[in-house]
Amino acid sequence: MSEFEPIIVAFACEYCAYTAADMAGSLGMSYPPNVKIIRVPCTGKVDTLHLMRALQKGADGVLVAGCHLGDCHYKNGNLRAQQRVDYVSRLLEEIGIGGQRVMMTFMSAGQGNVFAQVANEFTEKIRNLGPNPVKLGAGKAAA
Amino acid sequence: MITAVRKPLEEIMGFAAPYSRVLLLGCNECVTVCYAGGRKEVGILASALSMAFLKEGKKLDIVEQTLERQCDPEYVEEIAQTIDQYDAVFSMACGCGVQTVAGRYKDKPVYPMVNTMFMGASERQGVWAERCAGCGDCVLGRTGGICPVARCSKRIFNGPCGGSTKGKCEIDPGVDCAWQLIWDRLKALGRTDLYSEIIPAKDWRSAKDGGPRRIVREDLLS
Repeated sequence: MSEFEPIIVAFACEYCAYTAADMAGSLGMSYPPNVKIIRVPCTGKVDTLHLMRALQKGADGVLVAGCHLGDCHYKNGNLRAQQRVDYVSRLLEEIGIGGQRVMMTFMSAGQGNVFAQVANEFTEKIRNLGPNPVKLGAGKAAA
Repeated sequence: MITAVRKPLEEIMGFAAPYSRVLLLGCNECVTVCYAGGRKEVGILASALSMAFLKEGKKLDIVEQTLERQCDPEYVEEIAQTIDQYDAVFSMACGCGVQTVAGRYKDKPVYPMVNTMFMGASERQGVWAERCAGCGDCVLGRTGGICPVARCSKRIFNGPCGGSTKGKCEIDPGVDCAWQLIWDRLKALGRTDLYSEIIPAKDWRSAKDGGPRRIVREDLLS
């Protein structure tokens, strides 16, 4: 029986989270290859639409990783991202996909260990949740 | 602008149930500004609807398009060539737009995707409040720029009622007493004489009370 390997899309801000991910890599802290990182200048650039399209196109989970609140290089981009993630979470509950498939997380550039830990934990959580129901349905719809 | 809020997804999914291919039509004006029905909101709703349907193993083809406005026939005409491809049109515009589209494409079911709310203005990012009731006989010059029709719960015209407490309306502690606002503004302007001028009983025939209204500009007719 093949085990389900979730596809996780992680939007990581250049100033903190992406640098943390980079640090995790250079310090040899492993995180699952399931996590596909998309670098953004600030998580405030990540729009509600980006989160929705990621899931619509087959991501099983979407992570948004930014600077700690109060430390955003662009003042409050991470706060905006948090609000959007919350909005999408509620929307996903409404349509029955499950609000847990999107998550916001905060870290500083030096916290490579945090990135690795969050990446591992989120991947595990999504693995337990199972594949994005959209993909299962798409198979049925195509048939 | 005209403000609106997207309808609950459950209601929209109910509309979509009988169809397999719909046009989700956004509007680039008022509903864009209040984040209810612009190009981005079309994308978000299309994504949500598509996922909701796929989850059930059903396929709903959603074509996304946003017109400049849906309340002018010239813009609504833009979809004339492609409308036959769709089972229904889901309009994210305000009621004005939905009706214009429905009126032009009479044999196509047209559904509203938003609940149109009020004519209002931004108080700050993410907050809109009612400002204008479209009464057809504007008294803002006499009330320091605060509207007693739209902002007074009782629409009274000569000072606050007994329910005005600490500047708030008795219907809700979050609602300002319009007449308190008017008094404060006229005082700041040094025009409390305007407050003393009695505004006679309003002729409501120029408002909604007089029936559906129309403006005809003879100088613009072709």
